[in-house]
Amino acid sequence: MQALVIVAHGSHLNPESSTPTYGHADTIRETAAFDEVREAFWKEEPHFREVLRTLESEEVYVVPLFISEGYFTEDVIPRELRLDDWDPDAWESDGTSATHVTLDAADVDKTVHYCGPVGTHDAMSDVIVRRAESVTGDPDVGDGFGLAVVGHGTKRNENSAKAVEYHADRIREMGRFEEVQALFMDEDPEVDDVTDFFESEDVVVVPLFVADGYHTQEDIPEDMGLTDDYRDGWETPAKVDGHYLWYAGAVGTEPLMADVVLERALDAGADVADAVEYVKEHTRDAAVTEA
Amino acid sequence: MDDEQLAALSAAVTVEDDVAFDGLHVTRTDDGYRFELPDLERGGLSEDELRRVARANPEHVSNWYFWHDVAPTEGSARFDFLRYLERVADHDAPTETRGHGGDATHGTTYEPTDVLDRYHALERGIERQWGQLLVTVELADDGYRRYEVRHVDDADADPDELDAHREVRDARDVAKFDEKGRYRPLKAAPTLVDGWRFTALTSAEVVSVVETIYPATIANWHREREGNLDVDHWEPTMARQSGIYGVVQTWNRGEGTEHVERVAETCCADSECLKRREWQYDEDTDLEADGGVGAFPCREPCSMVVSAARQWTKLEGEDAQTYEFELTPSEKEQLEAIVDTVADGDVDEVREADFRHDANRWRTRYLREKRMDDEGNLCGVPTDDE
Ligand code: SF4
Repeated sequence: MQALVIVAHGSHLNPESSTPTYGHADTIRETAAFDEVREAFWKEEPHFREVLRTLESEEVYVVPLFISEGYFTEDVIPRELRLDDWDPDAWESDGTSATHVTLDAADVDKTVHYCGPVGTHDAMSDVIVRRAESVTGDPDVGDGFGLAVVGHGTKRNENSAKAVEYHADRIREMGRFEEVQALFMDEDPEVDDVTDFFESEDVVVVPLFVADGYHTQEDIPEDMGLTDDYRDGWETPAKVDGHYLWYAGAVGTEPLMADVVLERALDAGADVADAVEYVKEHTRDAAVTEA
Repeated sequence: MDDEQLAALSAAVTVEDDVAFDGLHVTRTDDGYRFELPDLERGGLSEDELRRVARANPEHVSNWYFWHDVAPTEGSARFDFLRYLERVADHDAPTETRGHGGDATHGTTYEPTDVLDRYHALERGIERQWGQLLVTVELADDGYRRYEVRHVDDADADPDELDAHREVRDARDVAKFDEKGRYRPLKAAPTLVDGWRFTALTSAEVVSVVETIYPATIANWHREREGNLDVDHWEPTMARQSGIYGVVQTWNRGEGTEHVERVAETCCADSECLKRREWQYDEDTDLEADGGVGAFPCREPCSMVVSAARQWTKLEGEDAQTYEFELTPSEKEQLEAIVDTVADGDVDEVREADFRHDANRWRTRYLREKRMDDEGNLCGVPTDDE
């Protein structure tokens, strides 16, 4: 038997923080690719600490629903899952290249394949593009459009900026959008000045965050000038300094995220290739019906 | 009992393998099959005769079939939990896990071999309480089981009055908010809303519903029954914290355990959390605070307690100071009553015109007008001497 565990931050305060996690887990459950699919959280239940014991499978794929490698993926999750032989070097990562490592957990008799975070997987670039399609309602969006990928700066976590730049570079190379720019909340190039960085009249702005919350729903919209007060909401697109800004909200809410979770498990050896295909197709339908 | 069960029985019994479960014992020798129950013995049976005897004792056969082909593997947490729901006596289980937690029919169990008695009870439904859940197991056709889950407070409610759910996923929404619409970050808080029921669940689904509402409780309950619950006490749990929580390590300064007693009384009392706190200060130092009587154990301070402890660590770093306030005796008592009312979560129960209640809003507004200055200082006394 094989199990998938999606580990995410969760929240003691925000009831919707875990909603995307459950959504992606449900999508994967529908594929029946795993005998068991579980969500586990740092701030909700089941906690990281107690999730492995709820599984009957011997092979467990753990995929962190986090944007970058850092404190959570390197310290908190391995410690709380009791992956005793874990060492950050085990991933042999340059900050965005972690794939997986196979370990034992001290409290259960199981093999744990501990995967890199979803945010740094190549498939994440496709989710950012899909997010741009969803927010514009145009499956071919690109011509005449600029794309901004937004993240925290290096102050909080050096690798988080690396992940943002990594995907911006990859999407630029696709040649689909007129211009692609990585922007940050607390360093240059800053998201506040978004319109300075684009020639294109239309710009899609996609924050590289796993869930909507304070940053994506309050900070960034106000900083970009979409609205003076986030409580009043904003238009999509919103006209700012002669540009139309299509603000997408957290990329992590995009249904295609389930594909990145699966791809992480696939790379780590899970038998889920068919499910990957199903999810790619199915989430496109879901996005279209929602729009 | 259906034909599938009969076929499974004759297939399961070979010269090498017999069937022995809950008083049913079927073997095969060169003389044919042998079918035994606690009060019945038939030997030298042909396959047809075996089927005839089995048909005459459908309860034992369907019971064997359910526990072998439908319920998950024997010895697993799920299997033992389903047996627990059906009140099958387990003499190896520690007493505190045999039927605790305000269980209305505490202690009533059926010997494993009392299949007929258990089946009679299953006709009417056998109930078990799990936190605020009331789980009922009933017989469906041919000895299969069907489960229902509802709030204990709805034990006597008319089923038609309750919102019926079939989807396990709905349990997430049921557990998400309390009756005042507030988010419930602590799943074992005794604030589960009532007014709903999950009906016609299979054995796999009932486990999922219970685990959605009370995550990981079955696994830890089972570990406790097996005698290997891995409790992590307060001290090592705090010592493990890092990042913004690393500060909690400094709260333990080898100056006794009063602060932890207070935390346990504050957060883990049954009024706040239905898990039975099994963690202590450390391996050698028990806490006096009551751990509660919940059916399922708590094996380490949870993330809510760690978060709150971080705040207390910061606050408790301050030294006490002497302030001088002038209050009437009633005002002193009023302040105490306000603290009590907030701590007990009773603020909403104080009626707007109940002016005898010390935590009444107008009474409290009046106190603020009289005793607090424009900066919000009680009796005009500044918090810090400038
Ligand atoms: S630490 Fe206390 S409040 Fe938290 S789950 Fe355990 S018993 Fe409940």
